[in-house]
Amino acid sequence: MALQSLDITRRSATTTPSPSQRKTQEVAKLIDISKCIGCKACQVACMEWNDTRDAVGSNHGVYDNPMDLTENSWTVMRYAEVELEQGKLEWLIRKDGCMHCTEPGCLKACPAPGAVVQYSNGIVDFHEENCIGCGYCITGCPFNIPRLSKKDSKVYKCTLCSDRVAVGQEPACAKTCPTGAIVFGIKEAMLHHAEGRVADLKNRGFAKAGIYDPQGVGGTHVIYVLPHADRPEIYCGLPRNPSIGPMVELWKGAAKPLASFGLAMVVAASFFHYVTKGPSEVSPEIEKEFEDEK
Amino acid sequence: MKNDPQKLIRYTPFERANHWLAAITFILLALSGLAFFHPAFYPLNQLFGGGVWTRILHPFVGVLMALSFGVMFSNYRKLNVMTPADKEWLSHVREMVDGDDRNMPEAGKFNGGQKLLFWLLVICMALLILSGIVIWRAYFAFLFPAAVIRLASVVHAVAATIMIALIIFHIYAGFWTKESIDGMLYGQVRRAWAKQHHPAWFRQMMGGDK
Ligand code: HEM
Ligand code: SF4
Ligand code: SF4
Repeated sequence: MALQSLDITRRSATTTPSPSQRKTQEVAKLIDISKCIGCKACQVACMEWNDTRDAVGSNHGVYDNPMDLTENSWTVMRYAEVELEQGKLEWLIRKDGCMHCTEPGCLKACPAPGAVVQYSNGIVDFHEENCIGCGYCITGCPFNIPRLSKKDSKVYKCTLCSDRVAVGQEPACAKTCPTGAIVFGIKEAMLHHAEGRVADLKNRGFAKAGIYDPQGVGGTHVIYVLPHADRPEIYCGLPRNPSIGPMVELWKGAAKPLASFGLAMVVAASFFHYVTKGPSEVSPEIEKEFEDEK
Repeated sequence: MKNDPQKLIRYTPFERANHWLAAITFILLALSGLAFFHPAFYPLNQLFGGGVWTRILHPFVGVLMALSFGVMFSNYRKLNVMTPADKEWLSHVREMVDGDDRNMPEAGKFNGGQKLLFWLLVICMALLILSGIVIWRAYFAFLFPAAVIRLASVVHAVAATIMIALIIFHIYAGFWTKESIDGMLYGQVRRAWAKQHHPAWFRQMMGGDK
C-alpha cells in the first residue's frame, strides 16, 4: 500500500494508461553482501515498520529464521556455507526479498486490475484491496517472492517501503543496517556506489566481484554487490539469468487477445452460416413418409 | 410428459438431466474462467459476486462439471467409437456444412462429426481437470514446482479456449439441425427426424438389422 498515486507506470490487467502525470526518479536499494554480518536488524526493522508479526517458529539448527519468506516476513536473511576452494570456507549471507523488477512477472501474470502496480520510481507494489487471491503472481515471479496469506487469501511481499519513500524517507531496512550494507537512493547513484565497492573488492582479491542487476527482467530496483558475481546461485539460489520466461510469456502474451478474437470468429462464423445456408431440416420426401406423425 | 408411441426415445431422463448439469456448469466455468483470462472479460466477475468469489467458486464448479462429464463419458464412450463409415462421413463433411446431406454416408445414433467432437471434448476436459488442480492455489498448487504450475497455467488456458470454441460449435449445430434439441429436452424425436439425420440408428430402433 502506498500514498503515491499520480506516478503509476503500470497496473496489472489494465489496457489503458494509468495515472502517470507525476514523474519520479528511479530509485534502488543496494545490498552489499560483502558488508553484511547477518545480524537481521533489517528483518526486525521491516516487521517493526510494517507492523507484521510472524509466529514464533522452531530452531532448525541454522541461522535462517524463519526458514522462508512468509506473508508476515517480507525479507529474510539466508545463510550458506560454501567451500569455493578446498579448505577455504565462506559464509555467504543474502538478504532475500522482492527485487522490484523493471519487467515484473507478478504484474504481468495478475488478472485483477490494479492489484499490482509499478510506480515510475521503479517500486512494484501490491494493492491488497484489489487482490482476488488467485496466486498467479506467484506463478509469474522469477524470484519466488509473493506469499499468499492463509488468513485473508491476499498476497504480501516487500513494498520497498513505498509509503516511506513517497515522503522522502529511505526504507526501514536501509535506515537500520548497522554496517551500511544496505543503502538506498537514486538508481544511478546506487550503481555508481556499487562500482566503487566492486573495484574495492577486486583490489582485495575477489577477482569476480560484480553487480547483480539482472537484465533479463530489465534490471531491478534492489541490486546486490556480489563478491562472486560469476556464480550468483551460490548465494542461496539467486537465479543466474532471471526472466519472465517463455511459459509465462505464452500464457500472458499476445496469444490471449488472439484466442479471444478466435472465439468471436467462431460465433460470427456460426451466425453467418445460419443466415446464408439456412437450417438443416427434415426433407419433404421423408416428411411425406411419416405423414401420420404430426 | 407421457411418451408418444409414435416417437423414438433418444435420451433417458437421467441422461438429459446430466447433460444439462454439464451444460450449466460449463457455462458458469467459461464465464468465470474468462474473467481471469484477459482484462477485457474481467467484468464477468460481477456475475459471481466479485473477483474473490469468482476465484473461489470456479474450481468447485469445475469439480461438479468433472463429475457430470465423467458420467457422460462412461455412458457414451462405446457409442462414440469411430467406424470406417464415420470416417467416410467426415470426409464428406464439406457437403454437410454446405447444406447438402444427400450424399452423406448413413449415420448411427451419433454421426462422425459428433463422435469427433466427443473425443476432442474428452481430451480438453481431461487436460482442464489435471491442469486445474495444479493451479488451484488454495489447496493444491503448493504441491507442485513453479515450472509445472507455469505449464499447467498455459495448458488450462489453451484447453479452455479450445473447449469453449468446440461448445459454441456444438450449441450452434444443435440449433442449426432443427428438432435436435427436442431429443435432449424431452427425450423423444420424430421418426422422420431420425430417418433424416441418423438413418442407421432409425433402422435399428425400428427393429431392422442395423
Ligand atoms: C475441471 C475442473 C476445473 C478446475 C479444478 C479449474 C480450476 C481453475 C483454477 C484454479 C483457475 C485459476 C483461477 C482460480 O483460482 O479460480 C482456473 C482458471 C481458468 N479456468 Fe478453470 N478449472 C476447471 C475447469 C474449467 C473449464 C471446463 C473451463 C472452460 C470453460 C475452464 C476455464 C478456465 C479459464 C478460461 C481460466 C483462466 C485461465 C487463464 O487465462 O489463466 N476451467 N481454473
Ligand atoms: S521479484 Fe517477483 S514479486 Fe518482486 S517485482 Fe519481481 S516479479 Fe514481482
Ligand atoms: S494473488 Fe492477488 S496480486 Fe497475485 S495475481 Fe492474484 S489477484 Fe494479482
